[in-house]
Amino acid sequence: MSPPGARPRRPGWWRRNVARLGLMAVPAVFFAVFFAYPVAAIVARGLKADGGWQFGRIADVLTQSDIRQVLWFTTWQALVSTALTLVIALPGAYALARFDFPGKQVLRAVITVPFVLPTVVVGTAFMALVGRGGLLDELWGVRLDTTVWAILLAHVFFNYAVVVRTVGGLWAQLDPRQEEAARMLGASRFTAWRTVTLPALAPAVAAAALMVFLFTFTSFGVVQILGGPAFSTLEVEIYRQTADLFDLSTAAVLTMIQFVAVGAILALHAWTVRRRETALRLVDASVTARRPRGAGQWALLAGVVATVVVLLLLPLAVLVQRSFGGAGLTYYRALTEADGGVFLVAPIEAIGNSLSYAVAATAIAVVIGGLAAVALTRRDAGRLVRGFDALLMLPLGVSAVTVGFGFLIALDEPPLDLRASWILVPLAQALVGVPFVVRTMLPVLRAVDVRLREAASVLGASPWRAWREVDLPLVRRALLIAAGFAFAVSLGEFGATVFIARPDNPTLPVAVARLLGRPGDLNYGQAMALSTILMIVCAVALLVLERLRTDRTGEF
Amino acid sequence: MSVESPTPTDSLLSLQEATVRFGGRAALDAVGLDVAEHEIVCVLGPSGSGKSTLLRAVAGLQPLDAGRILLDGRDQAGVPAHRRGVGLMFQDHQLFPQRDVGGNVAFGLRMHGTPRAEQTRRVRELLELVGLPGASGRAVAALSGGEQQRVALARALAPSPRLLMLDEPLGQLDRSLRERLVVELRELFGRLGTTVLAVTHDQGEAFALADRVVVMRDGRIAQSGTPLEVWQRPADAFVARFLGFENVVEAAVADGVAVTPWGKVPVPRDAPEGTRPLLVRPAGVWLVPAGEGLRCTVTARTFRGTHVAVRLQPEDAPPLEAACALRDAPEVGDVTGVEFDAAEIAVLG
Repeated sequence: MSPPGARPRRPGWWRRNVARLGLMAVPAVFFAVFFAYPVAAIVARGLKADGGWQFGRIADVLTQSDIRQVLWFTTWQALVSTALTLVIALPGAYALARFDFPGKQVLRAVITVPFVLPTVVVGTAFMALVGRGGLLDELWGVRLDTTVWAILLAHVFFNYAVVVRTVGGLWAQLDPRQEEAARMLGASRFTAWRTVTLPALAPAVAAAALMVFLFTFTSFGVVQILGGPAFSTLEVEIYRQTADLFDLSTAAVLTMIQFVAVGAILALHAWTVRRRETALRLVDASVTARRPRGAGQWALLAGVVATVVVLLLLPLAVLVQRSFGGAGLTYYRALTEADGGVFLVAPIEAIGNSLSYAVAATAIAVVIGGLAAVALTRRDAGRLVRGFDALLMLPLGVSAVTVGFGFLIALDEPPLDLRASWILVPLAQALVGVPFVVRTMLPVLRAVDVRLREAASVLGASPWRAWREVDLPLVRRALLIAAGFAFAVSLGEFGATVFIARPDNPTLPVAVARLLGRPGDLNYGQAMALSTILMIVCAVALLVLERLRTDRTGEF
Repeated sequence: MSVESPTPTDSLLSLQEATVRFGGRAALDAVGLDVAEHEIVCVLGPSGSGKSTLLRAVAGLQPLDAGRILLDGRDQAGVPAHRRGVGLMFQDHQLFPQRDVGGNVAFGLRMHGTPRAEQTRRVRELLELVGLPGASGRAVAALSGGEQQRVALARALAPSPRLLMLDEPLGQLDRSLRERLVVELRELFGRLGTTVLAVTHDQGEAFALADRVVVMRDGRIAQSGTPLEVWQRPADAFVARFLGFENVVEAAVADGVAVTPWGKVPVPRDAPEGTRPLLVRPAGVWLVPAGEGLRCTVTARTFRGTHVAVRLQPEDAPPLEAACALRDAPEVGDVTGVEFDAAEIAVLG
């Protein structure tokens, strides 16, 4: 619309922007108190000594060759992981968006399960598959655990769902007639896809690529287990410096480096997305999917299913197999007994803890992220608003270890003495969930035709009512996907939760990690059994979500 | 023709010096316009002339940079769109895709808190009114263009807006449907006593629908008057050309005669004098045997159903368009003479 200039502000400018600032206030305060403050507190503790700031530490740390090695490895493995994930997952996004086939919902749920598994479990599952004495070792004597391939494959395993859900969600709602129009103008099938669909998908692809890059850049559990002494990411190094070496000042420097790197990536992302985002013609997803036609499309679908089976299901199957370990239900039975040692309660109670924490975290993330997404919807947003957009993404890039530790040292004084409160864990988990909610909802909210909103407004709907009546029904799907994501990351969150969950209320990932940390087959087996339970809990939750979603779509 | 001076007391809608700028360009440039109760006003203009901006400004969807908009004499500055009580039918309908026909029509009623039973009754009544009885449960995606149009109209009418605005109401429909609907609409608005402000680029639509036509150009009002007035006496060369007249030239008018590139032509006795644009309607171009009048060569002939439009090229003057009966029409390449009928000549501006 009108370009910015020195023109006097129009009447109503304040009204419109006050509403927006009001919407932004809640997420802004949330982030200031539960993110910026704890992180700042821990960085300050690391860099302040003898009453002054020790900025010289930054140069000291950066000149260490092993730290440089870590930086280099962190970057290139993240780039390669992202590229590999996109190449492998984009056909999957296409198949799930455009094809209609039996078992589609099951497939969709299956690919999401890896994403919600705690990284520790993913690492262990891959170890069981490609490590010493693993399945490949037993069958063909192949071992990958000493190579970077184990890490890369685990990253693809972990992030496949990110690409399929983010890109596929939008793809399913793109009007296929746009591509048909291009075909009629003489474009080949591929050219039509490249010139019409790809540009429309670009923001979603960019968003997905960014998420994958951030996850792999800050990868912790996977690298911790599969990387061995040879490979270490920044996050692993931060954990090592914090928890093993108690070198808070090096950890603080590394946290800042990671923070700056992530900030740069996010700025780049905001820039590319803004350049590409356009109002899209969205249609109901249920009308765009068709039975595959012709050998090519069936082959593509078969390829996607085969990829999912080999890459996603096989590690999970090995995990389940190890949970029985030839001992029947022994490991599962052991989970119901409080051994009084590491656990004050039976490990099985972690399920209830995890679920209630995840529900609370999802509610917080949906409210905070939803408000932020609505505030960011208008595309004529100013610099301030765009900065806010990027700010919301930061928790994905900041070390979860730092956040968790920061919670402990920062939120321990009135009026924010939350150490004893159960809400601490959902708060930390919601922090990671909010970016998902924003990223999932924003592209869809922005794609809603403003004139529909105007039509509602002329018919007497107040701005709030117009949003509820027009936007909400159109974005309900995206909202459910966002809630699913938030629920999933809350269930799987490990880095921060491990610091703040109370010993008598462990979450599933924390319980798994504790079991893995103890020697003996029984503990290992219990960890596998508990991981299997976590996997089933996630799968059930996701299937319920899928069911709910199709019921709603039927309304349209 | 001057734009009538704003008198806020007796018009339902009154625009005073209404201005909207996009960047440096004025989409609405100090527009003054009044619409009386029960009047049907049609704003006519080429695309980019500011017609849609005018509607959006009245609806409250586009804030003014200067000037005022009054509804029932009350200044609408700061009144948000949903409290203005005006209806707007969008160019491409903008039906809500997630609601069925009934849900779309009932939308405005729900927003105004109409009881459910009343909503149902009114939806049924309106769907009958627009000729879609029993369509309440249908999905909007399954409707044809004409049906969508009718639903959009029913939706806009449902809350009984004090002013109904239509943006290119019949733009996307085929010709026969358009011609039928425009008659139906006029009849319907007359029966309901609706005050209507419509915009269109189609003069036929505007003339058939409106009590008064307002022609816009570059964000300004070029002419305002009854369809007959505008048709008979376009305010200036722009309006004349926009109405489809091609025989417009500069002429020096004095003593009932105008000197034009086509030679001296007679003008009506009451014509203003001086150097002015002059319009010769095609029916006022008489074909006479070669050798008499202005010598022209026929360069094209277009069959128009009721007549044939003949394009004539004089030796060194702008081309002329003549309308003649099919049996009298010359062939392309023929040489013919041309004389002019003073009754079909208008001196403009």
